[in-house]
Amino acid sequence: MLSIKGLKVKLEDEDKQILKGVDLEIEAGKVHAIMGPNGSGKSTLSYVLSGKDGYEVTGGSATLEGVDLLDMDPEARAAAGLFLAFQYPVEIPGVGNMTFLRTAVNAQRKARGEEEMTAAEFLKVVRARAKELKIDADMLKRPVNVGFSGGEKKRNEILQMAMLEPKMCILDETDSGLDVDAMKLVAEGVNALRTEGRGFLVITHYQRLLDHIKPDVVHIMADGRIIKTGGPELALEVENNGYADILAEVA
Amino acid sequence: MAEAAVKQTPTDAMIATLDMPQGGWSDAARRDALARVQAMGLPSRRDEYWKYTRPDTLVQAQAVPAALRDGDDTVLFDAVDRLKIVFVDGVFDAAASDDLALEGITIERLADATSDLHWARDVYGVLENNGQNPVPRPLAALNTAFAADGVLIHVTGKPSKPVNIIYRRTSTTADAMLHHCIKLDAGAELTLLENGPVAARFNGVLEVEIADKAAFHHVRAQGRDHEQRAATHIFTRLGTESTFKSFTLTANGVMTRNDCVIELTGDDAAAHVAGACVGDGGDFHHDDTVFITHDAVNCESRQVFKKVLRNGATGVFQGKILVKAGAQKTDGYQISQSLLLDEDSQFLAKPELEIYADDVACSHGSTSGAIDEDALFYLRSRGVPHGAATDLLTLAFLAEAVLEVEDEALREEVTGRLASWLERHAA
Ligand SMILES: Nc1ncnc2c1ncn2[C@@H]1O[C@H](COP(=O)(O)OP(=O)(O)OP(=O)(O)O)[C@@H](O)[C@H]1O
Ligand SMILES: [Mg+2]
Repeated sequence: MLSIKGLKVKLEDEDKQILKGVDLEIEAGKVHAIMGPNGSGKSTLSYVLSGKDGYEVTGGSATLEGVDLLDMDPEARAAAGLFLAFQYPVEIPGVGNMTFLRTAVNAQRKARGEEEMTAAEFLKVVRARAKELKIDADMLKRPVNVGFSGGEKKRNEILQMAMLEPKMCILDETDSGLDVDAMKLVAEGVNALRTEGRGFLVITHYQRLLDHIKPDVVHIMADGRIIKTGGPELALEVENNGYADILAEVA
Repeated sequence: MAEAAVKQTPTDAMIATLDMPQGGWSDAARRDALARVQAMGLPSRRDEYWKYTRPDTLVQAQAVPAALRDGDDTVLFDAVDRLKIVFVDGVFDAAASDDLALEGITIERLADATSDLHWARDVYGVLENNGQNPVPRPLAALNTAFAADGVLIHVTGKPSKPVNIIYRRTSTTADAMLHHCIKLDAGAELTLLENGPVAARFNGVLEVEIADKAAFHHVRAQGRDHEQRAATHIFTRLGTESTFKSFTLTANGVMTRNDCVIELTGDDAAAHVAGACVGDGGDFHHDDTVFITHDAVNCESRQVFKKVLRNGATGVFQGKILVKAGAQKTDGYQISQSLLLDEDSQFLAKPELEIYADDVACSHGSTSGAIDEDALFYLRSRGVPHGAATDLLTLAFLAEAVLEVEDEALREEVTGRLASWLERHAA
């Protein structure tokens, strides 16, 4: 599904290499987790995949179902089925959450040549999905993420994911800022979307999220590279011992 | 002295082209106003409040011709139940207008009101004259002296629907001067709508006298003709517990100067003035100049102005709050912001506060900014295309000003108009 080969990325304005050759294959139906020390390049990878400005790809490739992602506009990547749940969701004063969601859903449908959702149809679906995530009507009416608590912002990301039904979902520290109950809700939201055709890349620092969203594969990223790949037990090892042993092993 | 002599020349040249209507109740006011203009002289670039806006095309004897805008889509306020008063090229069109009759108000044309005694005598040129100090507004005095027509509305009750003054253009050269007077008796209410392009060049004055507990709402859209020029003045005076709310939408026009002069003279009154402006191209110049005087206790004033400027367009905001001694518990809020969609566009702001009372809360802020790149990326990452995402953020930027329109249906018309402008002017 998502195939990343030797991806090298530097900052556009600075002579700073952040990703130094990332290789990653995520198959449809699978959940991959990435863990790694602060500043190792996890968010950068997610931004580069979704098309954020400010980065320059200096080598390698990234394709979604065989289509080159790196040449596309962010909106085209979204329409092709890529979704990023942001580590820091952006507040947009003046744009209502509902308007935003409906504009996004219909823009993607239009880009794919599909029928747009009617207002009534949309309202029905969004209400049901919001209810599952315990997002109340008031939050839907407010401007996007404005005045939302940290946890509310993360739940709003998952609501967007549920509405957009992407093929490849990247979750960047969606667990941070969530209380125990909210983490369960979010995990249920993610698990509900786990299907044959959909891939997940879950970036996290904690095993706790992986108790709820069971990964198939766990990767460790350090200094812009994937340095180790294993099964769910790798996350437990990090939880118990930190990164020192793994880093030493590779060095 | 030498300077005054230089300034008289364009003023005399302008006056020589104009005919003053003779006789009737307005005669004295017109003559006084003429003396004022002659004493002040028409604005020049050296005047403090014309530093950012070139008055040349507004004060020269002949108006610059303005092409008519072709291809029309929807007309604003068409769905609103209202009393229509139509001016074509600045001339009243009886056939297109409704009967000037509505329960709770009397409406007359300025040109028809020729008796020797008239209620408007206490308003016409009076508020304009009040508003000449401390900042001279010679174009308004010129208007009082020479305005050919206008509407006089006396509001005694609460009319069932708004009055809509509709302007249409058929001539590329019309140079129009209209003067409207509105007097609201105690407890009376009126919503005034104005829309459409008036003329190639328009000099407009609106005087609004608001008695105790009366409320005046004003929503104005200045027409979409690209080459039109306009200098407008609103003068208003508010009594105790009265309300004045005015919103102006400006899209297009090469030169627009909107002055609004507000005097809060009764306690517990509220005056809100707001504007949303969208301009495209190096010829676009829009200037909002506001002067609010607080001369009573516990009054509130609000100024909310937002401008979206692209392709070298220029926006100007000059806003002053004067709080006189004794005007305690004044609550004054002023914000002027521009969204510059490229580096060629510019916004010039001159916010001023002058406060002579001690128990006062006044805040003002002015900003110029570009589209928020993080917000833009967030929207695009959800599949919203670049253009649509920019428009969404642009409308969001304008929303605070549009929200000043209280009536939801009118607000939606304004938002719709802005959205379609953005679509037509896609980056
Ligand atoms: N736009 C930028 N400007 C400057 N430095 C940047 C920029 N983007 C990323 N970096 C740097 O690149 C490195 C990787 O950052 P990134 O956010 O990808 O780390 P991360 O693995 O997500 O960390 P965390 O676990 O703390 O979220 C860091 O050193 C960061 O400071
Ligand atoms: Mg990160």
